[in-house]
Amino acid sequence: MLSPTLVTVALAAAMIGILAGVLGSFLVLRGQSLLGDVIAHASLPGVVGGFLVSGGRGFAAVLTGALVSGALAGLSVQLLRRGAGVKADAALGTVLSLFFAAGVVLLSVAQTRSGSAGLTVFLFGQAASVLRADLVPMAGVGAAVLLTVALFWKEFQLVSFDPVAARAQGLPVSALETLMTVLIAVTIVLGLALAGVVLMVALLIAPAVAARQWVRSLSAMVVLAAVLGAASGGAGAILSALGQGVATGPVMVLMACAVALASLMLAPGRGVLARAAEQRRRRRELRGTQVLAAIGGLSADHGNPAYATDKAMLDTYLGADSGATLVRLRDAGLLREAPPAAPGGATPRWELTEAGRAKLAQSSEARE
Amino acid sequence: MIDPITLMILGTGMLVALSGALVGSFLVLRGQSMAGDAISHAIVLGIVLAWMLTGAQSGPVSVIGAALAGVGAVLGAQALMRSRLLAQDAATGLVFPAMFAAGVLLINLNARNLHLDVDTVLLGEIGFVWLDTVQVFGLEVPQAAVTLAVVTLIDAIFIAAFWKELRLMAFDPGLAAALGFRPGLLGLALLVLTAVTAVAAFEAVGVVLFLAFLIVPAVTGRLVSGGVGAMIGVAVVSGLVAVGIGHWAALTWDVSIGGSMALATGLGLVVALAASPRSGLVAARIRRRSVRLEARVAVLLAHLHAHESTEAEPEECTPAALIEHLGWSMARAEAVLIAAQERGVVRREGNLLHLTEAGRALAVAEARRTERAGIR
Repeated sequence: MLSPTLVTVALAAAMIGILAGVLGSFLVLRGQSLLGDVIAHASLPGVVGGFLVSGGRGFAAVLTGALVSGALAGLSVQLLRRGAGVKADAALGTVLSLFFAAGVVLLSVAQTRSGSAGLTVFLFGQAASVLRADLVPMAGVGAAVLLTVALFWKEFQLVSFDPVAARAQGLPVSALETLMTVLIAVTIVLGLALAGVVLMVALLIAPAVAARQWVRSLSAMVVLAAVLGAASGGAGAILSALGQGVATGPVMVLMACAVALASLMLAPGRGVLARAAEQRRRRRELRGTQVLAAIGGLSADHGNPAYATDKAMLDTYLGADSGATLVRLRDAGLLREAPPAAPGGATPRWELTEAGRAKLAQSSEARE
Repeated sequence: MIDPITLMILGTGMLVALSGALVGSFLVLRGQSMAGDAISHAIVLGIVLAWMLTGAQSGPVSVIGAALAGVGAVLGAQALMRSRLLAQDAATGLVFPAMFAAGVLLINLNARNLHLDVDTVLLGEIGFVWLDTVQVFGLEVPQAAVTLAVVTLIDAIFIAAFWKELRLMAFDPGLAAALGFRPGLLGLALLVLTAVTAVAAFEAVGVVLFLAFLIVPAVTGRLVSGGVGAMIGVAVVSGLVAVGIGHWAALTWDVSIGGSMALATGLGLVVALAASPRSGLVAARIRRRSVRLEARVAVLLAHLHAHESTEAEPEECTPAALIEHLGWSMARAEAVLIAAQERGVVRREGNLLHLTEAGRALAVAEARRTERAGIR
């Protein structure tokens, strides 16, 4: 049932998921998600270039090549933005598409060489392409990345949330940002063989977005993102390995995005549903207070604390049907039905209970 | 005589470049380049879903499905962003990879029945457009080129019809809304057009390379020219030239034609970056230098004005004082003096420097300006 290949793939995918979750958190918090997309696409020429130079699909060659082209892409974005005043999005799109085009050209060169058959897996990722021998160097590089994050934890935290304060404290902000970008690039490169250049960005963003929904502190977010990343990465890789000829990247990405979507919807507090429920609750509470205040006001106007208000009058007064609110307030013990003014009176009348009067006094006090 | 296959490939490529430059220019102006990226990825899901629902592999149904998916990606990201749960970049980075992944997965699962394969989706196959041709006016024309020509025509008509509104929307959406032009609706139309263009182009060059034709020539145009018309003109020309150069390079070195054409769009950008009179790096350097020189001439004038007709004049108003008191190098002092004399603001008598009438007026004006700024 659990073949060694499957175990290898699942381990590798979980490892990538952890790294992507941790570094993706910083990427999302710094608002640079699309830079991740650019670096991922831009590593294609580096991957192929590394193959062409070294003559094999070795781990080190591919990693180095991808890092070099990722760095060049980052510099090009800077050059276009600062040097020539190109808008951020246009600079990102330009660099992404040109580097990818260069990668495609190099890919067509490489395809004439022997041993290049595995290169197209970098487009969408292929679980089977991860070899058992790759696991150890992968784990080594991954551990180094995590260790660096742990070492610079305080600095990264401050730079991510408040770069101005970080600069004021004398931290080398641009150096730290560069270091973070390099770590992200390393993560992307490690993930390429599994997730592919086109989809890698979602693996970085989705676990971080999901984790942000459930927790409030950075450390909790990073840990949860790592867990979610590992889970969706591992599960996706196993699923794709079970299907025939299914690329790994899309499955991993869909898993991660499903987790993110579910978190966006369902999380307590920040979730879309929780917020809608909260809004509904507040609206009802407001209606209740309005009705109580209207009845209380009318009884004060009549100088009669036990004054019962006609429902039709209340509806006219509030400009809306108060039936549902009245029933809710009765169930809460704040109102009670009073007998009709005249025998055979058309509409029911309502008066405040003791609890209702206390509640009204309390809320008007709170307003003052 | 160029052989018909080359002609077909070049023609198709040029139509991609033309339609991309037309739509892309407005995307770049509106700061929506990455929306182009999202759209071109998301159309894949639309095409596959349209095929699964109706069985149409191409034609209007396919185009409509793709356009819906493309616009849906952008609107979906905007809706996510409006929930304030995540920023725009994260929303975009979440929605379009998810849609693209779903599209690729569906292609994978239906590999046997669908004409698409994932490599084509990503990279296109412009080298093989001549395999699928139709007769138009007795001429053998690639199917892809016919679709592209229709789409390009639609793009051109749309832009011509809404020229004023599009320009206004690109630069001042607030004013456009105030004047009753519905920038939201027009922006949506632009996104739909982008999606339709992407659908027409992706079989030729793939979704990522299409992005190069969409954005890079437009950015090139923006670097070179200030006006929208000239920008589009430059974008179109640089796109078309890139197709020619890319094709030639691909044949010469035997590499991917689509990739080579897309990469060649970068050549125009590099030229513009280096040499554009508006925002090129060389021009910027020259401009910086001349600004610096002007500032130094102003310093010289202020210096001479301050010491004019004082006891220190014989000592201060000399070239040597510039070097000793202002800390300028010999070369700099010389350059500034030459510039000042050329402009006729400083006169030299032996070793003494005098302000001319014009120079004195300038120095006084500058002093007043500094004073006013100081009070404020």
